[in-house]
Amino acid sequence: MSGFAYSEMRIKEKIIEGLLLLSAAISILTTFGILYVLISDSYPFFQKVSLLEFFTDTQWTPLFADKHFGILPLVAGTLLTSGIAIAVALPIGLTIAIYLNEYASPGFRKVIKPILEILATIPTVVYGFFALVVITPYLQNFFPEMGGFNALSPGIVMGIMIIPLISSMSEDALYAVPKSLREASYGMGATRLQTSFRVLVPAASSGIIVSTILAISRAVGETMIVAIAAGQQPNLTANPLEPVETITTYIVQVSLGDVVQGSLEYQTIFAAGITLFALTFVLNNISFYFKKRFREKYE
Amino acid sequence: MSKRNSINRINDQVFKWFGIACTIFGLAMLAIFLYSVLSEGIPRLDWQFLTSLPSRKPENAGIFVGIVGSLWIMGLTALIAIPLGVASGIYLEEYGKKNMIASFIEINITNLAGVPSIIYGLLALEIFVRVLGFGKSLLTGSLTLSLLVLPIIIVATRESLKAVPNTIREASYALGATKWQTILYQILPASAGGIMTGVILALSRAVGESAPLIVSGALIYTSVIPSHPMDDFSVLPIQIFNWLSRPQKGFIVNATAAIIVLLGITFIMNGIAIYLRNRWQKKIKW
Repeated sequence: MSGFAYSEMRIKEKIIEGLLLLSAAISILTTFGILYVLISDSYPFFQKVSLLEFFTDTQWTPLFADKHFGILPLVAGTLLTSGIAIAVALPIGLTIAIYLNEYASPGFRKVIKPILEILATIPTVVYGFFALVVITPYLQNFFPEMGGFNALSPGIVMGIMIIPLISSMSEDALYAVPKSLREASYGMGATRLQTSFRVLVPAASSGIIVSTILAISRAVGETMIVAIAAGQQPNLTANPLEPVETITTYIVQVSLGDVVQGSLEYQTIFAAGITLFALTFVLNNISFYFKKRFREKYE
Repeated sequence: MSKRNSINRINDQVFKWFGIACTIFGLAMLAIFLYSVLSEGIPRLDWQFLTSLPSRKPENAGIFVGIVGSLWIMGLTALIAIPLGVASGIYLEEYGKKNMIASFIEINITNLAGVPSIIYGLLALEIFVRVLGFGKSLLTGSLTLSLLVLPIIIVATRESLKAVPNTIREASYALGATKWQTILYQILPASAGGIMTGVILALSRAVGESAPLIVSGALIYTSVIPSHPMDDFSVLPIQIFNWLSRPQKGFIVNATAAIIVLLGITFIMNGIAIYLRNRWQKKIKW
């Protein structure tokens, strides 16, 4: 090979590596883009509305004549629907994980796991339909006073949606527990139930916590289900039968209307957005922390 | 001792049945959902429905605009996200394994995967619509969804590259191939199945998304068929959302029929992804 062709090839290699790095750097740009947009577009809002008012006022009415800018009702609506979702998904998802891991035959597990994971591939607008048209009318048989929009029904449906998230990730964590621990427990004469709850679940707790936190984060950021079935009234309540508005629903509600760019209403969706981002960012980082601990333990 | 033993065994059996009940609950919900959609939507699903424009009368309305919009979005998102995602995956797995930039990029990708989709809509509203001046076009929509699904493609690419054994790389280097030649002619073909699986899952996610598109300006109601990347648009999920927010029963039935089409697209794409994954795993035994 001549020296010229060789150096030409090296240059070509370097250019390709540079292009690949450039593509990879887009994720850095995206992160900074998100932070820049959320901060710069909500900054004017926080110049007009103090942080104290934002976090303590109990009303959120930026679209009305009598304007209040308290984020609490939106945060409460978000936490209420997410709380219901986790109350449904955690016990069911964890039980499925333990059942498939310790009780079910490998063949059954192999068939059931992908079928359950179908639940995670259904578009969320479809879940919104289920909440509004199937679950709410059914629940009204038990709670006649419940309206067409409420926190309970989308909460339950969100819970069903995230069952596979918790069951799959928890099962992986249970599966990763060293076999020697399981065998030692059985050797001592423990039943499958005792082995599961006293040995495997504690040993896999980091992985289970990670899956739960990611599920909460997913529920907090979920938009279409609550926008369709929870209503669009900011409501500071803990009653799941009442309509509520989540942070995500508010952003959609404003986006559906004709809001002038740069107006105070326009800035409110970025203020709501930065609150949502902060919530999920904290949740995600707690899960990274647990994931790191989990890794150190078994590698 | 034997009494405690039998209580333990009963508890064990009780939990077993509780486990079966929970598993059945998940499956039953899926079955109920599918049944309720199919029973109500199938009668409405005909040629007229697939090829008509939106209308104020539910019986005249159709999903043609939504389908065309969704196909455009899927195609443009594929054009943007596949090269970027695969290139990022190659860089992180093959080039930047130990340097600081790569680990910083990695932290970013993990973080981005956890950002709610609606936040991407806010990013797009400010950057693509306003600063770059793309307007509320198909281009804006597909750029938004590309950023959203990039982490899926990157992670899938890295996993499949990781699965290619180092002996292949070393054999290629030994024959005098450069790093890029090795990647292009050896590593990529060997990992194509896994990458394709990730790409299809990512596109299937993009087709079902609506929140970020609503925020970045996709139209809720339009009867204009887009024919250019800079045209305004609507997509199938947004059309479903619009119909669900109407009070008339006829529009709810329309939404159900549109859901069957959307679920059909999603399930077919996921089916192809699973098929490719299985075939790829079977075919290649290192």
